Amino acid sequence: MHALYDLAVGPLAWLAFGVFIIGSIYRLLAMRALALKKDGAFMTYISWPHAIKSLVHWFTPFGALGWKENPGVTIATFVFHICLFLVPIFLMGHIVLFDTFRGWSWPALPDGVADALAIVVVLICAYFLWRRLSVPEVRFLTTPQDVFVVSLVGLTFLTGVLAYHRIGDNLVLTTLHILCGEAMLAAIPFTRLSHMLFAVFSRGYIASEFGSVRFAKDW
Amino acid sequence: MSTIADRLIEDAGLRAGVSRLTPEKIEKVFKELIAGECGARLKTYLETCVHCGMCAKACHYYMSHKDPSYMPAAKVTQTMAKLMAAGGKVDPKLIYECAQVSYTECNLCRRCIHYCPLGIDTGYIMSVVRRLCHKLGCTPQYIQDTAHSHSATMNQMWVKDDEWPDTLQWQEEEARDEFPGLRIPLDLEGADFMYSVIAPEPKFRTQLIYQAAAIFNAAGLNWTMPSMPGWDNSNMAMFSGDSEIMGRVERAHYEMAQKLRVKRIVMGECGHAFRAVYDVGNRWLGWKWTPVPMVHSIEFFWELIQQGRIKITHKYADPVTIHDPCNVIRGRGLMDKLREVTHFLCEEVVEMHPNREHNYCCCAGGGVINCGPPFKNVRVAGNSIKAEQLKATGVHTLVAPCHNCHGGLEDIISKYELGMHTKFLGDLIYELMEKPEAE
Repeated sequence: MHALYDLAVGPLAWLAFGVFIIGSIYRLLAMRALALKKDGAFMTYISWPHAIKSLVHWFTPFGALGWKENPGVTIATFVFHICLFLVPIFLMGHIVLFDTFRGWSWPALPDGVADALAIVVVLICAYFLWRRLSVPEVRFLTTPQDVFVVSLVGLTFLTGVLAYHRIGDNLVLTTLHILCGEAMLAAIPFTRLSHMLFAVFSRGYIASEFGSVRFAKDW
Repeated sequence: MSTIADRLIEDAGLRAGVSRLTPEKIEKVFKELIAGECGARLKTYLETCVHCGMCAKACHYYMSHKDPSYMPAAKVTQTMAKLMAAGGKVDPKLIYECAQVSYTECNLCRRCIHYCPLGIDTGYIMSVVRRLCHKLGCTPQYIQDTAHSHSATMNQMWVKDDEWPDTLQWQEEEARDEFPGLRIPLDLEGADFMYSVIAPEPKFRTQLIYQAAAIFNAAGLNWTMPSMPGWDNSNMAMFSGDSEIMGRVERAHYEMAQKLRVKRIVMGECGHAFRAVYDVGNRWLGWKWTPVPMVHSIEFFWELIQQGRIKITHKYADPVTIHDPCNVIRGRGLMDKLREVTHFLCEEVVEMHPNREHNYCCCAGGGVINCGPPFKNVRVAGNSIKAEQLKATGVHTLVAPCHNCHGGLEDIISKYELGMHTKFLGDLIYELMEKPEAE
């Protein structure tokens, strides 16, 4: 298990970050090239002022019609995504790792806060899974990949929380936590998680069409 | 849970088309379509949809049926997602299902864009599915007939070359009984604007041409209508997936205006025609913006009112409500001008909710009503939400500046016994305006 732990914090960490960063850059550049090659009659209307105005609405809870009409999902989605970024980046345990291996350090969230937010992520993942299985509209759409992706995120945070609270075998859970996190990072460019890369552009494009061609708001 | 496969409707065009298909043929055409015409938009939309289900409430079909298989994302999972997963090598039966979903269960109204945080344009994906069905020769018989008409006559309704000017002159003659000096000027080079209408106007709503002529006459405008093909601004080929014919129709329309050297085109009260001329045809023909300036009637009437060229004797007394047609509201942002014109004409306007950009579709547009009688019940049952919306206003007059909307709304008004009448802005203006020279 120690060997696996060393592998996870060593070569696999490099691999995961490499796949995530290089993969993301590749996907973005390849998609841009495809858009310029094949969607010229649409890309020509890209208007960043309109895109930004729309994105401000969509990045505001209840700032768009879809958010207003789905209040439960809206609250869960915003809290989930904020925690998803906040906790891993500003967790003391992670900063210590970067400090130890690379000598990088930055301010951390208080442990209690980070712990609470991580538990919130686990609970929201459980809520998302429950929706996938129980809400007819969501169940109709659900594919195995959707379940896999939510489970992966949920497991990453769950194992992290358990390891922090010293519940179960600490080495096993910590190793599992790291492996899940690495799988999640590597999955971002190549699964539905790629909405992290493309959402701003797909929304920005349609906002440009609505703003500069159709003179109508798209939120 | 029910799916499209549980509600297939018999259509001669679809049945004949599907009977000629094999999985191999579908695969070949599908791959050509994806490689040749699709790019980053389709790829991004299909890949990033997180299947959250938030779009359900956007769609009037879902809101009316409360059946998940009608929600926007479900329309994609039942059609394009299946095609993609199989690389196009699918049972011909699936093409029947794809055609029925894309042609008759989506109005391409774009309301779902207001619900999807990722900005996924389901209407576009359905257009690609329609394009595939067209290329495979599987189109509903009625809409294909209109596309054939466009192809053969350059108008949607098989109006023959001599019938068109004959109709205009007939309306001119009728109108001259009421307004002795009225003309419908044909092919007047250099006129201020060319007035174009959809082919159903000469075919069965000729009074609209009469009314438009009366309004332009009273306002003292310098205008013209073409006597030759290119006069019809409608475009059902755009909705059948036949981009080539769509492009020919739009080219004929723009070029007619250029040939007449008019300053701009004024389009009658139609939504889909506006979309075709303003947003679709220009792109296909390589123009970023329309090659000839053009306005929709809503905006044109608004200008005439601003300039004091339309004078009314009194306001319409009964309270009215306003239906916002997708293609000129979500498609051109004319909601404020539509309201200003309506308030100018009417004593009392009762708004329906949701309205403006968030308005529910009439469920006729996007070529759905043009798929004809086999699918009529689907669109009427699929818009009970609109009927509830109309009923809640408690008024008896509905202003809808779009032909397809009229068709769809009249059907639900009749089915749900709402006791309402639909009116074009032109109907109201003609009814209320000062008619100084009228005899």
